[in-house]
Amino acid sequence: MHLAQLNIAHLRAPVDSPELAEFVALLEPINALADEAPGFVWRLKESESDPTATVTHDYGDLLLVNFSVWESLESVWNYVYRSPHLGVLRRRREWFLRAVEPYLVMWWVPEGTIPSLTEAMERLERLKTEGPGPEAFTFKDSYGSIEAASLPAAAEARK
Amino acid sequence: MSSDDIEALALLHDPVRRTLYAAVTAAGGDMGRGEAAQAAGVSRTLAGHHLDKLVEAGLLESGFRQQEKKGPGSGRPAKIYRRARGERSVSLPPRDYATLASVLAAVVDLLGAEEQAEEAARAAGAGLAGRHRGERAESVLERRGYEPYAEGGVVRLRNCPFHALSVEQPLLVCSMNLALCQGLLEGLGDDPRRAELDPRPGECCVSLKQIDVDIEAG
Repeated sequence: MHLAQLNIAHLRAPVDSPELAEFVALLEPINALADEAPGFVWRLKESESDPTATVTHDYGDLLLVNFSVWESLESVWNYVYRSPHLGVLRRRREWFLRAVEPYLVMWWVPEGTIPSLTEAMERLERLKTEGPGPEAFTFKDSYGSIEAASLPAAAEARK
Repeated sequence: MSSDDIEALALLHDPVRRTLYAAVTAAGGDMGRGEAAQAAGVSRTLAGHHLDKLVEAGLLESGFRQQEKKGPGSGRPAKIYRRARGERSVSLPPRDYATLASVLAAVVDLLGAEEQAEEAARAAGAGLAGRHRGERAESVLERRGYEPYAEGGVVRLRNCPFHALSVEQPLLVCSMNLALCQGLLEGLGDDPRRAELDPRPGECCVSLKQIDVDIEAG
């Protein structure tokens, strides 16, 4: 099984505003770091040619989405917290509003599956309403792939 | 505290075992029986005996490394040792600061009080420096369990003294640790900017730049 993760952030200002310029400048190096990180599988990109383009979607102009697939919980954790990404994360208040609701969700997917952003947003909603479980969890309350694999949805996907 | 913890720590009473344990942990990764024996100045057989005792007690983990030479005569895979992931602690009388630290970290997170936490950590670092006047930052960090080692012009820290908390609240705990190290440097009369966030899997999130050559000694 692979691990899908979505995280969202509410921007303090439009992405093309001077307030966000430093953040936009960091997108290319920090995304390149993800692409080369051990265990990285896939991430949702707006553009193959413009590394600073943020993903456009229907959930509001000020909502930044980060959506990726990893080989394991450890690999995504090491990228988020044990790489130069941590330094960027520390500056989050400069660019994003403080999140009071869950802003990150993870779930297991069969290898080779790329889930849709719609599904990812539904998983985040599920985490908000029902709390963490094998189908929508966080780093703090994580679930192993074996628990997820025994769920009917995963069995369906394996057929 | 369990009797297992006491038994594991009591094993280290033996100086050979303590030297072997120190040698394996200082390697930062896998160490072969021969290398460990050499570091402790004992025979391979004796080293193997003691190393296996340390594995039994859960202080070390063992595995096998495939020999690089292939074909007949290359022998069995070599047994290797590394520090076990689990933590051991003994406190008499029993104390439990970890549970409370975890609760407090969760509260800081809930309140969004990271900046205040960092300020408090910086002050705590400066306070620690007061007990180590005249010492070099590296040796103070060593004494505080960070396990510093030099690599490519920087001093890296092999061990995170706040490991369990840093897994729970990485952003908060790593930011506080950086502030604490900076406060410590400042308190020792060193340059706080030497401490930088430099995270790497399995190590402390902070590294120290080597002192600039233009800073004169004394």
